[in-house]
Amino acid sequence: MSPGEDRFGDAPYDGPLLEVTDIKTYFETDRGLVRSVDGVSLTLERGKTIGIVGESGSGKTVLSRSIMGLLPKRGVVREGSVKFEGQEFIGIKPKDMRAFWGAQMSMIFQDPMTSLNPVMKVGNQITESIRQHLDVSKSFANELAENLLESVRIPEPRKRLKEYPHQLSGGMRQRVCIAVALACGPKLLFADEPTTALDVTVQAQVLDLMAAQQRERFMAMVLVTHDLGVVAGRADDIAVMYAGRIVEKAPTTTLFANMKMPYTEALLSSIPRLDDQSHTRLATIPGRPPDLVHPPKGCKFAPRCPYVQDKCREEEPLLTDAGGGHLYRCWFPVGTPEGAAALEKNRAAGAAPAAALATGPTTGGQP
Amino acid sequence: MPEPPDGEISTTEEFLADERHGFGGVAGDAGLLQVGAIEAGPESAHRRGPGLGIGAWMAIGWMGFIILIAVLAKIGILTWGDANESFASCARKGPFANEGGASGFLLGCDSNGRDMIPRLALGAWTSLLVATGAVTLGFVIGGTLGLIAGFSGGKVDTVLTGMFNVLLSVPVIIMALALVAFLQGASGEGGALSPEMILIIAIGVVAIPLIGRITRASALTWAQREFVLASRAQGAKSRRIMIREVLPNVLPAMFSIALLAIGIAIVAEGALAILGVGVRPPTPSWGNMIALDRGNLFKSPHIVFEASLLIFFTVLSLNFLGDVVRARFDVREGGL
Amino acid sequence: MELTRTVAKRVVQLVIVLLFVTMFTFLLIRLLPGDPTTTIIPFGTNAQRAALRHDLGLNKPLPEQYWNYLTGLLQGDLGKQYNSGRPVIDLVSQSLPVSLQLMIYAQFIALFFAIPLGIFTAYRAGTRSDKAINTTGFALLALPNFVLALFLSYFVGAQLKWLPTGGYAPGWMDQLFDSSRSPDLWEHARYMLLPAFTLAVGQIAVYMRLLRSDMIATLQENFITMAKAKGVSNQRILWRHALRPSSLTLLTVAGLNVGTLIGGAVVIEVIYGIPGMGLKIYQAVFSKEYVELQSYVVIIAVLFVLVNFFVDFLYSVLDPRIRRARAS
Repeated sequence: MSPGEDRFGDAPYDGPLLEVTDIKTYFETDRGLVRSVDGVSLTLERGKTIGIVGESGSGKTVLSRSIMGLLPKRGVVREGSVKFEGQEFIGIKPKDMRAFWGAQMSMIFQDPMTSLNPVMKVGNQITESIRQHLDVSKSFANELAENLLESVRIPEPRKRLKEYPHQLSGGMRQRVCIAVALACGPKLLFADEPTTALDVTVQAQVLDLMAAQQRERFMAMVLVTHDLGVVAGRADDIAVMYAGRIVEKAPTTTLFANMKMPYTEALLSSIPRLDDQSHTRLATIPGRPPDLVHPPKGCKFAPRCPYVQDKCREEEPLLTDAGGGHLYRCWFPVGTPEGAAALEKNRAAGAAPAAALATGPTTGGQP
Repeated sequence: MPEPPDGEISTTEEFLADERHGFGGVAGDAGLLQVGAIEAGPESAHRRGPGLGIGAWMAIGWMGFIILIAVLAKIGILTWGDANESFASCARKGPFANEGGASGFLLGCDSNGRDMIPRLALGAWTSLLVATGAVTLGFVIGGTLGLIAGFSGGKVDTVLTGMFNVLLSVPVIIMALALVAFLQGASGEGGALSPEMILIIAIGVVAIPLIGRITRASALTWAQREFVLASRAQGAKSRRIMIREVLPNVLPAMFSIALLAIGIAIVAEGALAILGVGVRPPTPSWGNMIALDRGNLFKSPHIVFEASLLIFFTVLSLNFLGDVVRARFDVREGGL
Repeated sequence: MELTRTVAKRVVQLVIVLLFVTMFTFLLIRLLPGDPTTTIIPFGTNAQRAALRHDLGLNKPLPEQYWNYLTGLLQGDLGKQYNSGRPVIDLVSQSLPVSLQLMIYAQFIALFFAIPLGIFTAYRAGTRSDKAINTTGFALLALPNFVLALFLSYFVGAQLKWLPTGGYAPGWMDQLFDSSRSPDLWEHARYMLLPAFTLAVGQIAVYMRLLRSDMIATLQENFITMAKAKGVSNQRILWRHALRPSSLTLLTVAGLNVGTLIGGAVVIEVIYGIPGMGLKIYQAVFSKEYVELQSYVVIIAVLFVLVNFFVDFLYSVLDPRIRRARAS
């Protein structure tokens, strides 16, 4: 089956694979309504990767689960539009979603240890997905599972089928999760912090593996992470999230070369660089993410922003298009005269965020 | 509860005490499964904010009512009649029986023609006395031993736990029954010990290892906290730490267990009465009223039903209050 | 290697506990003040008392008495019922299978209802049906089993007359103990249904709530979301993914609950007139047959210790796999 050939027999859809418009996800809690995702829009074509980057609490995990529809029914408000190949997801019953889960779209979770059922053999966890969606015999499913394990580069795949998750190492477990996710050949893969729980040495291997599979299958991927380094060489577009909104979205090279959001700049500068002098102080972003129940007026990043001015605290910045697919929200963007002036003003006044930002904005090149 | 390191074989007791399984952390044995099941439910938990719920107030009201009636009946102030006086014509008649000469018996009479109301009131006293006495005995001895065991650890703990396990190797009712039977035999007909006293001792002794285990589990969790270590680092003596640091933290949980235990003890008194031992007539207790007139169940069910309803509501109130107390005082880590 | 060492440790513990238990029951009679024989046969003649003293070996030193008692136990000598002269071992073989069947049925009935209810309330945690079921369960925990037994026998037995409220017919186990008792399964079921159900009801609430609590914790785990993301149906997730880790809890709990079951069975037998060990104990207490009573206590205690030992052992075998898998 060649990539691009639609295996489910429908007429191939012409538009983007995934079209998310102004999705909102709120949770009803004792403290009030938590606005985890507060109006996010993005599109994704087949075969492309979008990286979603943000701190914990930015709403990135909720976003991916909300798009997939994996959130609990009770206490959750979900608005907006999510179209997969033209089909609207918001409002359809979970029962109907099940035809898509595993078959058309799947997810890889952060912690491979807890993602796998500890009392179920690895093989069964893969074949379960296969037999759920494809009408095949048990032996065929087992064969498929073995092939999958081989394609995710697990040695001795036939033996592994009969083992339990705790008998495998962390890296291998994540590969098994990848195999499970890819079992039915989905068109869209969500990877939610897939390497955070793994050793650094294993991280690159797993990411390379995912990229290879993606190329082979012409699969779209949503890569959610807090680590800009992870998405740097692997995503076509990057969306930066803060307090439930996308604050900057651009193709990868554009983002690193010409970022506009102070938040993005701060994120980038907080990554330690190999060619920094020894004893270079690590830059951090002071302060904490905002309260999602009672968010502050104006720009949500204002309390922590090095460039903040009074206008930021009053009015929420509008989404601006800088051309070439680059969208951002800021009154005093990085790399503009207004922005530079604002930064100088804050530095002179001794504001903490401005001082914490590493001297001189980082421009160009890969981190 | 300390978790054994990975791979080490653990016991079922540790398994049940493992909070992951959601048992509230203190249930550790068959008799305690009941307690664990009460605590595992969704009823009163998560009551935020000030004030108790309406359920708690109803429970408190009921308990107050029962205790009041019991005390008044015993003292002899308000008895609504004589618990011992027989009205032959009333025998086995149901509620609202009306006999010539005597005014209406609102709850009917028992098989001996005795008015139910004063008997139930006096019975309340007996049942509550036995239950509270037994639980007190259990807590005084069992609680102290459990506290020492949990706090001291090591050989002391092993010996005490061994003792508990041995005492618990006989199922509870059987043990209580055997104790009562033998104590009654020992005290002879004249009775050096009153039947109530025998019951208190028997149920109390049976409660000792159960309460000991719970207290030990609770003391263990607290004894491992840093503030104990800090106290020791200040040079405080063991006994002082135990009494001044660990005990006050163990007490709230114990209070909740005590409420539940009193309910269990009331039921135990009833079961023992049905098995033929315990409070001797004509002294009424809720248990022996049921036991005595069990044979008349088909013709005069009211006798059994009335006493049963009282037991049921009392135990229900105690269970509910016990759960409320636990939910209030349960300071779990991770609430941050 | 590790396993055999623990097994050995457990066996040693088992033996110690058994020794203590037998010693305890042994001492019960001998600690009665005064002459035990007067207590046991208060209206006997001096000759009878002398015979009894000889039987019980009361003239010998205490350790020797205990040794004789112990060896006697192992050989099946459980003493005699003094009013009738029958050996207790006969009475035991008559009544033990009855009680065992009662408890087995009760356990099955309890699990049969508790497992689906536990799963359902865990799945629908927080909804009205969950609250309703749990409140009922909570109330049932406050209801003493003898009260329930009396209620049921009144309504079902006397009013509706669907089932008998007393009596017994041999079932499948009786003939294992005494081949002369052939089963009459239909009647056996009719007589046992109400008592077994009554005994089960108290346990249903306990098992259901504990299972619910355990399953709610399991359902929060990541692998459940993962299974959902695979497109697995809710039913399958509940029964094949979530129930499995929780079922270990359930089995352990059911095993440890045997003590309560025994205690409950005693009362149930007395109320329903089922001729099991419980009824025999009741009669022994009533007629002050202390030797007989002592033997019953020993048998029950020994069986109970063995069951607990077995449950503990089974658990330690099954658990490390789960523990190692869940932790790390």
